[in-house]
Amino acid sequence: MAIAILIAALAGATLALFFQPRWWFPDAISAHARAYDSQFALTLWVIGCIFVLAQGGLAWIAFRYRDQGQTPSANSGNNRLEIVWTVATAAVFLALAFAGQGIWAGVHLAVDDPRALHVEVMAKQFAWSYRYAGADGVFGRVDIRQIDDAGGNPFGIDSTDPKGADDITAAILRVPAGRPVELRLKSRDVIHNFFVRELRLKQDVVPGMTIPLRFTADKPGTYEVPCSELCGLGHHQMRSALVVMPPDAYEEWLQEARQKVVLP
Amino acid sequence: MTIFSTDHKVIGKQYIGLALFSVLLGIVLSLVMRFHLVHPDAKVKLFGALWPDGAPGGQMTPELYLSLMTIHGTIMVFFVLTTAPQSGFGNYFLPLQIGAHDMAFPVLNMLSFWTTALSLLTLLAAFFVEGGAPLSGWTAYPPLSGLGRITGPGQGLGQDLWILSIALFCVASLMAAINFIVTIIELRAPDMGYFDMPLTCWGWFVTALISLFAFAVLLAGGILLLLDRTAGTSFFVPGGLIVNDQIQTRSGGSPILFQHLFWFFGHPEVYIAILPGMGLISTILSTFSGKKVFGYKAMAIALLAIGGLGFVVWGHHMFISGMSPYSSIAFSVLTLAVGVPSAVKTFNWLATLWGGRLRFTAAMHFALGFVSIFITGGITGLILGQPGLDIYFHDTYFVVAHFHLIMGVAAIFAIFAGLHYWFPKMYGRFLHEGLGKLHFYMTFIGVYAVFVPLHFAGFVGNPRRYPDFKEYEFLKAVMPLHIGVTHAAYFLAAAQLIFLFNYFWSQRRGAAAPANPWGATTREWRDD
Repeated sequence: MAIAILIAALAGATLALFFQPRWWFPDAISAHARAYDSQFALTLWVIGCIFVLAQGGLAWIAFRYRDQGQTPSANSGNNRLEIVWTVATAAVFLALAFAGQGIWAGVHLAVDDPRALHVEVMAKQFAWSYRYAGADGVFGRVDIRQIDDAGGNPFGIDSTDPKGADDITAAILRVPAGRPVELRLKSRDVIHNFFVRELRLKQDVVPGMTIPLRFTADKPGTYEVPCSELCGLGHHQMRSALVVMPPDAYEEWLQEARQKVVLP
Repeated sequence: MTIFSTDHKVIGKQYIGLALFSVLLGIVLSLVMRFHLVHPDAKVKLFGALWPDGAPGGQMTPELYLSLMTIHGTIMVFFVLTTAPQSGFGNYFLPLQIGAHDMAFPVLNMLSFWTTALSLLTLLAAFFVEGGAPLSGWTAYPPLSGLGRITGPGQGLGQDLWILSIALFCVASLMAAINFIVTIIELRAPDMGYFDMPLTCWGWFVTALISLFAFAVLLAGGILLLLDRTAGTSFFVPGGLIVNDQIQTRSGGSPILFQHLFWFFGHPEVYIAILPGMGLISTILSTFSGKKVFGYKAMAIALLAIGGLGFVVWGHHMFISGMSPYSSIAFSVLTLAVGVPSAVKTFNWLATLWGGRLRFTAAMHFALGFVSIFITGGITGLILGQPGLDIYFHDTYFVVAHFHLIMGVAAIFAIFAGLHYWFPKMYGRFLHEGLGKLHFYMTFIGVYAVFVPLHFAGFVGNPRRYPDFKEYEFLKAVMPLHIGVTHAAYFLAAAQLIFLFNYFWSQRRGAAAPANPWGATTREWRDD
């Protein structure tokens, strides 16, 4: 009896937490993030119904069939019932699996957008760097022997390649609102992870690989980027920021940054 | 009772003893971690005394926190959840339930226990070597785990000992798996077909089959990682790395390859922890509702289906790893498919209770609690199994909450249920029922209070494996939540003292039990 009440109470308390506004997703800042939120809402409704039926059923059965001296039923199976609930569950679960592919394809199977702004991202224990092509629109060659963090060359831009002379390196990621962005994620030591909550995007950054990550942010603001793959003792301090700027302000920043570039 | 006994009952108790020691250590480590998360600047003299390098002046360093986390996860997954339900209960009760007088290979059985014990000692030794225990987590992803001291303290000898410990554990588990499989195939009583076995035996059988294939692959992965560290090979280390400002000369390896090998083991490992418990819960629900298990054959087939499908879903741990996005789609569909037999089991448990006469013993309390936790923990798999949705939750506290409930707490509830149920057979006495129920109520409330709120830290995007949350503006919001969870964790841990007292007190002072105290129908209560 007590356990029936307790199961119902704990399930109820769990449900109640979903109605508090304090610990929830931050506001979405891209079309993908909004699509994510609707797929999440759909999934949450489905599992919410299953949760209520299953926990409620368990609590009710524990209450209804408590020992009152009754004779237990001799029923020990029903093949038709087994088939019905197996097929019904499979239909619901697989429908969810297929419904969920849209947002995945939107991020990972999208084709290159010719208007996209390309930014290279370099992760290391325990810092992020970003590189933009200069006025020539071309990224210069890199040479790992020329990497020099203190000297402002975390990418190792090759000083013998004139195309790299105007490349811009920065410690935070600035992008214009409304324009597609394609990041090229690289790590030079261990695995890190680039995560922007407001974009609902997260991607491991794996040494030896260049992994693309595409998004179009539409709401100006500053968004924190926490490293989200264990990378060592400074993992929790490997912080960066995404700054989404109004297009004019971004252009202004870009011109200024180009003028400040010093040859490595 | 000799130390190197080959008696299956003694070995079963030895495994349970090893698991009990391990779980207490794992709990203590988790309490230290929970304390540190909410008091990151506290200077605690005890920490300074225990770890002079890791906590100078009592101030815990991030690397110490991460090494506690690594050992907590490793101990709980391997030395608690893998040992107690399978090797502990299985060794003791499988021969009794199928009418065999012992396991097929008693000496091999003894060897697998002592290899497991050696593995545990090897793991704990990592705390006492230079640099301390490794900080790369129980998943030990290279290159963090593959390049030695250069990637962090604890990544030197500590990481070597960790790999050695896991390799020994694999060998022990392979020996145990072979023993279980042969015992079930060869030593069943002449009148017992496969579909006459109790579901507990089905749970142990499928778990042994999974262990055989899964641990073999983990062993290979561990050996390759050890070679990368000690022999200069490059299975998992790509070229062009600069670690700690030093250019690395190796090339050609793939960090993602290790993840494939690890999770090919790692996902089936979840089922290694939970399938024996599933079998046991079926038995207990049936006994205490006075009914046969509903849909026995469907339950046995569901165990086989989970065991089989469990081998083709490992990629859902790697949705964000950088592997092909197309394979994520396949892994996602298969992952939701493996949820189907789990749901079928839940339906059959409810149908077993339906129409029964429920006797609420302590064992029955834990069995009902298991079903509730299994639902709460399992259902979030429908979110994490979708790669698109997993993107946000991966490596956040949402995942921590999910696997602690479905893998950790559910399996532990099955162990508690099993101990209450089988204690009379093991010791001729009852565990104290009143204390057992008190322990259940506090534990049941405690686990909901600890793990349900952690999902909400995940909604905020709170990354896991952070020693503190000071660096980020957005994490200030979750501090009150973490403070609440830490207090709930203290409460939950305190509740376990009731069990500890009950367990040892009842062995000597518990009420004497008759031969078949619960009116059960399986063979272990008949023989003697």
